[in-house]
Amino acid sequence: MNSLQAPPLSAEQATPDSRTARLIRILLPIAVLAAGVAIWELVVRINNIPPYVLPGPGAVFGTLVADWPILSQSLLTTLMTTLEGFLAAAIGGVALALLFNQSKWLEYSLFPYAVILQVTPVIAIAPLLLIYLPQQTAVIVCAWIVGFFPVLSNTTLGLNSVDRNLAGLFQLYGASRMQTLRYLKLPSALPFILGGLRIAGGLSLIGAVVAEIAAGSAGAGSGLAYRIAESGYRLNIPRMFAALLLLSAAGIVIYGLLALTSHLALRRWHESALGKEN
Amino acid sequence: MVKPATLSETDPGAGLAVRLRGVTKVYDSGVVALGPLDFDVRKGEFVSLLGPSGCGKSTALRLIAGLNAPTSGTVGVSHGAGEVRSGRSIGFVFQEPTLMPWSSVRENVRLPLKLAHVPAAEANARIDGALAQVGLSEFAEAFPRELSGGMKMRVSLARALVTDPDILLMDEPFAALDEITRFRLNNDLLSLWQNLRKTVIFVTHSVFESVYLSQRVIVMTARPGRMGAEIRIVAEPRGEDFRTSADYAGYCRKVSRALAPSQPGRRGS
Repeated sequence: MNSLQAPPLSAEQATPDSRTARLIRILLPIAVLAAGVAIWELVVRINNIPPYVLPGPGAVFGTLVADWPILSQSLLTTLMTTLEGFLAAAIGGVALALLFNQSKWLEYSLFPYAVILQVTPVIAIAPLLLIYLPQQTAVIVCAWIVGFFPVLSNTTLGLNSVDRNLAGLFQLYGASRMQTLRYLKLPSALPFILGGLRIAGGLSLIGAVVAEIAAGSAGAGSGLAYRIAESGYRLNIPRMFAALLLLSAAGIVIYGLLALTSHLALRRWHESALGKEN
Repeated sequence: MVKPATLSETDPGAGLAVRLRGVTKVYDSGVVALGPLDFDVRKGEFVSLLGPSGCGKSTALRLIAGLNAPTSGTVGVSHGAGEVRSGRSIGFVFQEPTLMPWSSVRENVRLPLKLAHVPAAEANARIDGALAQVGLSEFAEAFPRELSGGMKMRVSLARALVTDPDILLMDEPFAALDEITRFRLNNDLLSLWQNLRKTVIFVTHSVFESVYLSQRVIVMTARPGRMGAEIRIVAEPRGEDFRTSADYAGYCRKVSRALAPSQPGRRGS
């Protein structure tokens, strides 16, 4: 066992060259960010642009701190909506794919409508949903609509990508449908499902934002997107930027968490999670 | 799909492990892959099916395993005494190791037992036994990607042996391995067979491998595959000495000659 783990371990001990390369990969984006912020501040100062047109990064950061009580509350609201939409998309997408996999009839009947739901822009559906559903539900449904399709199509692809000989082996040993699903199809599909979830995470946030903006003027929502719309009407541009910053950060964190989950789940066996050295 | 229960349709008869009578296989595309094919395999016998690629030898093996149903004819396979589940009396080794990459070696070998709901304590003992038989005891917790090609094939063999099947079906199991590894696995398979005396049906396209391993070589014709010739290999003991003996060379010549008329290029002449 120990001798077997040796190759991956030794691969971790990076050579000086690859360590420098990794450092550069981390440092370069940070340098670009710093340069961007500096130019932004410079442009604002040199041209004397008023904050209600373009606030400098200092003003945005100041607003972020000053308005933190309101913004954090809004962030929490948007994150909850995103989470609920994401969970609905994950559960709904995987469940639908499993149903399709068990019954071709169901797949033929319903798959076209899943596609239609996906290709119709959610921004056009959102106002309708807001008419017929309570606002909180409508927002979650929006997040679900954008998020579920990648989960569905990826899971379907995964369930159909089972090794033919392994499937023959399960047949030879008289595996039941449930056993085949649990021990063969689901593990085979796992990398695909996780890939779908990674896409769905970001899309759920977009769905939540779109719904909040659509609800914006009419509803009593208090999510980040609502704050952006509201601040726009009030010409509170620094707060718009601050809220936007938080949305981006939320998106990055969601993606990072899902990528980490995927890596942890697959690191022992799947090509995608293995280093190039192997 | 495929009906899995061809196994018990006919009892092959006393002393026989497998009996094929007038077996043909026509694919949906209309391609006649096999037959009609007739042959018997005695219990405890080591038989090789040898033939040009595309002659249907793998198809024949899948029919015996019950993975596909024959278009016509009967496939009789004997059941082990008291075994209820058809699958448990047959072990199958594919050309590829066909392991579950997400499971450790131990869990891969456990698969047939898990599917048959064998209690954990008994399963663990059997897994340890099977891993010991193929010399992989130390690698039980390793993952397939950490193993060499030869070791993966051993895991595949252990998985086939863990149910203690009466019949071992092997579909070009060592074809993808380098020659040195193949020779070693050939020897290991021989000693396993000599100890366990299971019925082995071994599909190969290597004349040398078939002569070295088996008691009888069934040479098949080009598609649709039929029995072309049948050559008995009488050699005791088997081993590296046999591989370099004049007898071995003689048998190889005989099998090669039997194979020659079945080469697609010469079929018309």
